[in-house]
This record gives sequence, structure tokens and C-alpha cells, in this order.
Amino acid sequence: MSALQTCSSLIYLISAICYVVGVHLMRSPKTARKGNGLSCVGMALAVIMIIITIIVGGKIDAAGWIALVAGLAIGICYGVVKGRKVKMTDVPQLVSLFNAVGGGAAATIGVFDYLQVAAGTRLQLILSIPVVLDVIIGGTTFSGSLIAAGKLAGHVPGKPITFPGSRLCNGLAIIAMIVGAVWMIGYPQNYWALVLELVAALVFGLLMTLPIGGADMPVVVSLLNAFTGLAVAFAGFVIDNQVLIIAGALVGSAGTILTLQMAEAMNRSVANILAGGFGGGASDSG
Amino acid sequence: MSQQLYSNLAIFVLSLLVGFEVMSKIPATLQTPMMSGANAIHGVVVVGAFVVAAEANNWGFYILAFLCAFFAAVNVAGGYTVTDRMLGMFDRPKGGKAPAKDNKQDGGEQ
Repeated sequence: MSALQTCSSLIYLISAICYVVGVHLMRSPKTARKGNGLSCVGMALAVIMIIITIIVGGKIDAAGWIALVAGLAIGICYGVVKGRKVKMTDVPQLVSLFNAVGGGAAATIGVFDYLQVAAGTRLQLILSIPVVLDVIIGGTTFSGSLIAAGKLAGHVPGKPITFPGSRLCNGLAIIAMIVGAVWMIGYPQNYWALVLELVAALVFGLLMTLPIGGADMPVVVSLLNAFTGLAVAFAGFVIDNQVLIIAGALVGSAGTILTLQMAEAMNRSVANILAGGFGGGASDSG
Repeated sequence: MSQQLYSNLAIFVLSLLVGFEVMSKIPATLQTPMMSGANAIHGVVVVGAFVVAAEANNWGFYILAFLCAFFAAVNVAGGYTVTDRMLGMFDRPKGGKAPAKDNKQDGGEQ
């Protein structure tokens, strides 16, 4: 390990500790804000470390810097302005939107790594499997969270949307995802395999969220949040970065527990909610 | 199985277990802030955006790097901002003051 690698590993470890302790503190109203601040400090440490790493690494070129800085600047401005201006009653759809872009970012990393392999060569299994999982989960949460945000904001009708043959379409989307996964893992790098996988994941996200009533959306957003955590963890496997794996897995499992608790508070089960099709969410079929 | 894959896998599994453990029963008022806080934490994907941008070497990749940086920055910046605002409501004494401030903000937007 070089000095830089040692340093960055240790800094990533510290930021991972900040996330875990931050989540721990957020369980009580008194310490919740401190907890969020602590996890924000961890995030800042990780970002500073990666900036140093890529500057010292020196691989990044001018156009790369422009793309990176432009993306970050626009994204930060948009996020902060939206976060500051949103009405408290509109927070859930904003969280859902932030969750969607998180999933999108994770999926983009998978897409990037898959395309980077020279055409005609096969990806190693330790890379191709996380890439496929990353694209599937990231794509599904991206479209699913956008629909969830739309339903909460009223852009998409809040009542469950079902149509004849929707189950068949669901099945087809799942089959397409499996075919795409096998194509991406078992065969040489191919543009169309990636397109098939990405489209299937996006369609599956749509079909999963549309039949769920608007009143159940907060639980669904929380579930998709947990999914994004997993997508980020797999992105961590893809680029071999441990802070992504730790934070992603942490959010994945903590988010799952949170989802179960939210469903319990509404007297519904998660399976029941995902099955969808129940009125505006007011009905309770136990 | 390579050493690197093994250590990554071990970290993944142990972090999952930590996540299950650290999340015990939380009060209903904190569920939405907690969801938002967890959402901000997976904004760590922004680190991945840097890695991707460092490896980009043609126009397609630059566009992907831009998209990734934009998405991740919205996630992380927005996530922490909105979580902090939500939790700020707990700091103020309950009753008159908190709703008053919120009304003012809402009024300013309209």
C-alpha cells in the first residue's frame, strides 16, 4: 500500500464510522440533528479524500475536470435550492426525487464500467456480476422513484393504475432482465445487451410503482431508498471503493428495517402494499 | 476468490448486519427525517462520480461522467439540506414558533 492508499483507506474508515454513529444518533429527536451533521462531516471527509486522490493520481484530463465540475456545480445548486425552498408538506416527493437521482448515479457507474471494456472481450465475473446488479437495481429505483415522486406531487394520478395484462408485462420485464443479465455476464461486451438490461430495469420500475396507491407512497419511497443503498454498494464493488460498499450496505439494511416500521405504523404489510391495487390507500385488507 | 473480492464481500455483509442492528424502533415523527437522512448517506455515490470522471477519455464517457456527477451532487447536497431543515424543526420549542416560521417561508414563495 502506498502512503496515499493508506491515508485514503483510513479516511474512508473514519467517514464510515461517521455514517454509522450518525444513523445511531438520528434515532432520538434530541440528538437527531447532531447525527445528521456527523454523517455530513463523514461525507465531506470522503469527498475531500477522493479529490486529493484523483489530483495526485493525475489521470483525469481537462475535459474530465470540466464534466465533473460542471455536473457537481449544477447538481449542488439545484439540490440546495430545492432543499431550502421546498414546503414541509412537499418533502416526501423531494426525497423521492433525490433518491431517484442517487439510483441513476449508481446505474451510470455500472454503465460506464461496462462500456469501458474493449468491445469483443468478456468482463471478469467479479466485475460483470456487480455491474449487472448495479444497472438492474439502479435503473429500477430511478424510474420507480420518479413515478413515486410524481404520484406524491400529483403529476401522476395517485390512484392505483392497473391495466389488463399488467402482470404479463411485469413477467416480460423480468424475463428481459434475466436475458440481459445472462447476455452481459456470459458473452463479450455488447452495446445491445446493456440497452436491453437498462430498458428492462426502467420498465420494471415503472410497472412496480404504478399500481400502488398514493397514500402508500412514503413506504414505497423508503423501500426504494433501501434499494438505492444496495445499488450504491454494488457500484462500490464495480469501482473497488470500500466507502461506497459500507455506506450503501448500511442504507440498504437500515432502510429495510425503516420500511418495515413505516408499514407497521400504517397497519399494512410491505407485501400487501407492493401487491398494489387497493383504493387510494385508505382501504385496509389486513 | 481473490483477496480483494473477499474483503469487499466481508465488508458488505458486515455493513448489512450493522445496518440491521443500528436501526431499532424509532418514533413515528422521526421516520421521514430518518428516510431522508439515509437517502443523503447513499449520496456517497458522489465519490464514484470522481472515479468515473478520472477514467473518462472520450465524449461518450465525458457525458456519462457529467450525468453521474450531476445526479450524485443533487442527491448528496439536497439530501443533507432537506434533512437538516426537517430536523431543525425539533430544535425550536414546540407550539407557536415553529409553524409561524414555516408559514412565513411558504408565504415568501407565493
